[in-house]
Amino acid sequence: MSWLSITTFLPLAGAVALLAWGGASDRGARAFALGASIATFAASLVVLSRFEGSRAGFQMVEQATWVRSPHIQYILGVDGISLFLVLLTTFLVPVAIVASWNVEGRVRLFMATMLVLETGMIGTFLALDLLLFFLFFEAILFPMYLIIGAWGGERRVYAAVKFFLYTMFGSAFLLVAILFLYARSGALPGGPTFDVRELIGLGITGAAARWLFLGFFVAFAVKVPLFPLHTWLPDAHTEAPTAGSVILAAILLKVGAYGLIRFNLALFPEASRSLAGAISVLALIGIVYGAVVAMMQTDVKRLVAYSSVSHLGFVVLGTFAFTLQAMTGGVLQMVNHGLSTGALFLLVGMVYERTHTRNLSEMGGLASGMPWLMGAFLFVSLSSLGLPGLNNFVGEFLVILGTLGRNRAFGAIAAIGVVLAAIYLLWAYQRMAHGPLPAKHAHHPDLSAREVALLAPVLALILLIGIYPKPLLDRIDPTSTRIVKAVDAGRPVDAGQHANLAAAAEGP
Amino acid sequence: MLAQFLIHPPIQLGPIGPELVLTGTAIVVLLGAAFNPRIGHSTLLLVSLLGLAGAALVSIGLWDWGGELTVLAGMVATDRFAVVARLILLGIAAMGLVYGYHYFRRSGEARAEFYPLVLFATAGMTLIAAAADLILVFLALEILSLSLYVLTGISARLSSVEGSMKYFLLGAFSSAFFLYGVAMAYGATGSTRLSAIAHALAGQTGSLGLALAAVAFLGIGFGFKVAAVPFHMWTPDVYQGAPTPVTAFMAAGTKVAAFAALIRVLETSFQPLTLDWTPLVWTIAAVTVVAGSLIAIAQTDIKRMLAYSSIAHAGFVLIALTAAGQDGISAALFYLLAYALMVLGAFGVVMLVSARGEGRTSLASYAGLYRRSRLLAGLLTLFLLSLAGIPPTAGFIAKVNVFRAAVAAGHWPLVLVGVLASVVAAFFYIRVMVLMYMQEPQDDAEPDRSPWPRVAVAVPAVLTLLFGVFPGIVLGVLDKAAILRW
Repeated sequence: MSWLSITTFLPLAGAVALLAWGGASDRGARAFALGASIATFAASLVVLSRFEGSRAGFQMVEQATWVRSPHIQYILGVDGISLFLVLLTTFLVPVAIVASWNVEGRVRLFMATMLVLETGMIGTFLALDLLLFFLFFEAILFPMYLIIGAWGGERRVYAAVKFFLYTMFGSAFLLVAILFLYARSGALPGGPTFDVRELIGLGITGAAARWLFLGFFVAFAVKVPLFPLHTWLPDAHTEAPTAGSVILAAILLKVGAYGLIRFNLALFPEASRSLAGAISVLALIGIVYGAVVAMMQTDVKRLVAYSSVSHLGFVVLGTFAFTLQAMTGGVLQMVNHGLSTGALFLLVGMVYERTHTRNLSEMGGLASGMPWLMGAFLFVSLSSLGLPGLNNFVGEFLVILGTLGRNRAFGAIAAIGVVLAAIYLLWAYQRMAHGPLPAKHAHHPDLSAREVALLAPVLALILLIGIYPKPLLDRIDPTSTRIVKAVDAGRPVDAGQHANLAAAAEGP
Repeated sequence: MLAQFLIHPPIQLGPIGPELVLTGTAIVVLLGAAFNPRIGHSTLLLVSLLGLAGAALVSIGLWDWGGELTVLAGMVATDRFAVVARLILLGIAAMGLVYGYHYFRRSGEARAEFYPLVLFATAGMTLIAAAADLILVFLALEILSLSLYVLTGISARLSSVEGSMKYFLLGAFSSAFFLYGVAMAYGATGSTRLSAIAHALAGQTGSLGLALAAVAFLGIGFGFKVAAVPFHMWTPDVYQGAPTPVTAFMAAGTKVAAFAALIRVLETSFQPLTLDWTPLVWTIAAVTVVAGSLIAIAQTDIKRMLAYSSIAHAGFVLIALTAAGQDGISAALFYLLAYALMVLGAFGVVMLVSARGEGRTSLASYAGLYRRSRLLAGLLTLFLLSLAGIPPTAGFIAKVNVFRAAVAAGHWPLVLVGVLASVVAAFFYIRVMVLMYMQEPQDDAEPDRSPWPRVAVAVPAVLTLLFGVFPGIVLGVLDKAAILRW
């Protein structure tokens, strides 16, 4: 069975069925979408169970020619990096669907859009053909734009258009770079191809490699987002409906970081090394700047949005430190950030549904009326600020450790980011939960059964990864080792390694 | 003797069979309507569609033409390029006829002349795609242009007549340029046959200066027809003024036909001068994509917006032409096919939203369209996504293919310009989507709810998706058709 294709296209099939189901009630549409996304999650668990953790190459590869000329192939494959990002996606989409149980108006369209989005995201993580990747990458754009723009807050249209244009602008350079690579790939023994595994063999160096690197980099840096290309993020996150913010923060941002690892590092190892310093500086600026700006926010959703800028800085820093710990930590941190920030957006959404304000100065004392809700908020905040025993600690610790081994100053500055995170998150919690309770907020209900049901699995995972990250680390490590070796070897992957890689990819 | 005559006729009419069928049908329809004024328009439509189908069958029969490369004294080419271009054009004409039948019946302006005029215009379009002599190119250009001038003004509305007048004046102007170019080509090489010109230029027996001037003047003539900047001035007024089905037919048909001829002229007769005309095409392509995309932002009428978008799309096809040879031609053909589908679809939706005549073409009429008709909003979204080049639509594959060909030819700076222009273009396409999904209707005007036109608009939608997901089913054919034989 081609489980990767099933996982990728099951949501799309669900969306088509949902759109075709003309007489669906809002209730039916929700239930159907939830069912489809849970089935997708189940399919991705099959992928997990078949994944061989000790192998570094791509597994379960499915390959078919899609278009003969230009030579575009349909290639899906999973390795230690994409595995957990796919699982994160399939895990969070049902959560996001339950979180949008109260979405008003055009419910069927909303649910179908979420499912289309899911196919786009999973496909992005699994595609090994550059053009197929680009197709999925672009296909994410319109559903996300629709979710922000049609179901978002007051300034939704502005935020949606900004998101759309920023991303499209970035992907413009990506497309040119991909096509340039294709033009060069005629020199390969297999003829021109978009297959990433083959293209690694090109070993492009020098000025051409640096330009191509930048072409890829701009597209992914917008998505991550890396300072100074981050300005779309606070608007998009703030204006999006809760489910949109969750998906955006937890998964879409990872597409950028994933692209950097999968394509920038793998295709242009030499250029990666020569530009790593500059990119690390940008990541550090992002870490500190994101944290400082988050501290200044009075809108709690915006605060969480800026905290993403800071947290994703760690991922990029880890990616470009080229040590095993930092790389593994960075990949784990992608998953952790997805869970923690996703949960924060869920909780902020729940608070907003009750208080109808996101302004911290209008809140206070909420812990006395809603102890469970605020307790969950504190728990997730502690995870997000890197408290030992919870998930973020593991990832951030590994990143800082790995970076220190390469550059002490960078490691030290990154550590400041952790301290700042403690300040803005705890301060936000204090302003929300403690102090006098305004009379208008006195009678809000605490968590409902539905909300408990959607939070519980996320919080459980946060704790579980914090206490016992080994199952994840074991599966990420081989892939990280391979990538770091390839970049750090001071040369592009040589023919022998390339053959190993291909052999690994062919697997059972 | 007679048998000999029938087997090897001195005049081979086979390669212009499609045009003969088309003009024959047009005359039948014209006379039928003239002698029996009460004849039902559905009959006229049916006969016209049968004519198109017949022409298509004859064209397909030419796919495996085993005879000479050109017939009728070197006037008409018999290659597969002509076959494919003809088939695309015949499809466009069929859509135009179906749209027109519905539109004019609803607006109460039904006229029998519509059908023969479309057929004559189509005959001109298909002929130009096969023309292997500059004189025939000019002749076919005039056949299609004259029919289109009349079609533009077929409605009694002032804007329609004004558009027709503008189109005629500027079109006549461009024809003069074109003819001047033909004369110069003759002066430079002593022939108007494309192959003879190529031989003369390759052997450097002609005058290079005159030949370059010929390229420039012919380029101006073609520039008008394909609406490339700076020869695009007529486009918005004509597209807006003409009745919507005519706009759909014209926007798709003229562009495909004129590009087919331009490709043939550049790639055969002036092929020896490729290095000289490539910078010219490069520059015009860059200016066209940028200007078309930028000016479109300022439009408040959807037909004008689509007009500027069609200008920008002409630029994208020109980008393909900078990659000379089979690769570029194949990419251009696929782009033209995808463009024809999305522009026919988009104008079809415009026609249905407008409901009756041209009343509701302002962008504001699209506010809250999703609430009024999910189908129309969904279809228009698909066409706009395709125009913007977003997957999984034919427009995406078309853009990738064009850009790939240009990058392979070393024109990556031009591709960068094109890609950035398409980001700008995305802005005004998504603005329409903002209106449709994110705003409330401003009035309670109902879109046209007739079932059959909706089915007609769904045809390009299905094909846009199909070619977007499985482009291989046509790319193979287009690759075979992308070799010009002369």
